[in-house]
Amino acid sequence: MQYPTNIRIIKVPCTGKVDVIHLLTAFEAGADGVFVVGCMEGDCHYVEGNLFAKKRVKRVKAILDKVGIGGQRLEMYNLSAGMGGRFAEVAQEMTERIQELGPSPIRIAKGTAARPTGEVAA
Amino acid sequence: MIKAKEKPLNEVIDMVKDLKKVLIAGCDGCVTVCEAGGAKEAKVLAAALRLFFTQEGKKAEVDETSLTRQCNKDYLQELQDRIDNYDAVVSIACGCGVQFLAEMYPTKIVYPGVDTCFMGVTDERGVYSERCQACGRCILAETGGICPIARCSKRMLNGPCGGSERGKCEINPDVPCGWELIYERLKTLGQLDRFENPVAPKDWLTSRDGGPRKIVREEIQI
Repeated sequence: MQYPTNIRIIKVPCTGKVDVIHLLTAFEAGADGVFVVGCMEGDCHYVEGNLFAKKRVKRVKAILDKVGIGGQRLEMYNLSAGMGGRFAEVAQEMTERIQELGPSPIRIAKGTAARPTGEVAA
Repeated sequence: MIKAKEKPLNEVIDMVKDLKKVLIAGCDGCVTVCEAGGAKEAKVLAAALRLFFTQEGKKAEVDETSLTRQCNKDYLQELQDRIDNYDAVVSIACGCGVQFLAEMYPTKIVYPGVDTCFMGVTDERGVYSERCQACGRCILAETGGICPIARCSKRMLNGPCGGSERGKCEINPDVPCGWELIYERLKTLGQLDRFENPVAPKDWLTSRDGGPRKIVREEIQI
């Protein structure tokens, strides 16, 4: 099982911990794309952490659209801990999407867009 | 408490798009409770504006802070040493905070970052509803603790009107009829006899009809 090496994984105890400001900070820091990987809906150990994350991701996508970054650079996926294969698939899927979109306008503006990278919160 | 909601981001962007240094000023009071204008929201708005400026290729600095209360000069004073570093301040306090900040720093441009909506309660997280219109002379003792000024769409003192149907107001089937609520509550309290004596016309001079209002309490003045 392999997934693209340009992804940096940031571990959180639950996607419910991922706040709006964390996602925006990733883009400010130059991430070309971010995907949040939470547990399956209905299977959250903390009952609804992944549902909170879903709402926050939706909100940040709207913000990214308004500030010219593009909400399609952010996505949320729901996988179980046993779905390693699916994780590799979504990582590939997201990487392809971001590569198609090209470097983030933030990195282009800062002149640091030599090599596209992705970020993932899991 | 005062309830507000964030202004649409594009409106804020329009206000600040040509500036070079912007301060987002949150307020730790009411607007923090309704999650519209506190320290957290200041951080999010500042980050969003920085992303906007950067992708536009504009060199602009956006900082954020949050004051204990913007409706108090002692706290607004905390900005004294740094406010001149900025072209403008986007205050995400309620309208009182925005105005007091502008009053305190007369040469500074101050923009509102939230829409101040009403005085209300938190029904549940993210859901707020109006309870008081600050009419200046409280009649809750006569109406079973439910305010006809705030809860009746017509602000009627003797209701309900003909637009009340199955406990709902004619303006919207989701809005409870204020007077139905009052009736039910007075019934529970065994005070339905209150309906036998109409409420006298109200003196609206204590409301907005008397112009901008002021309270002076000499006994606590320093």
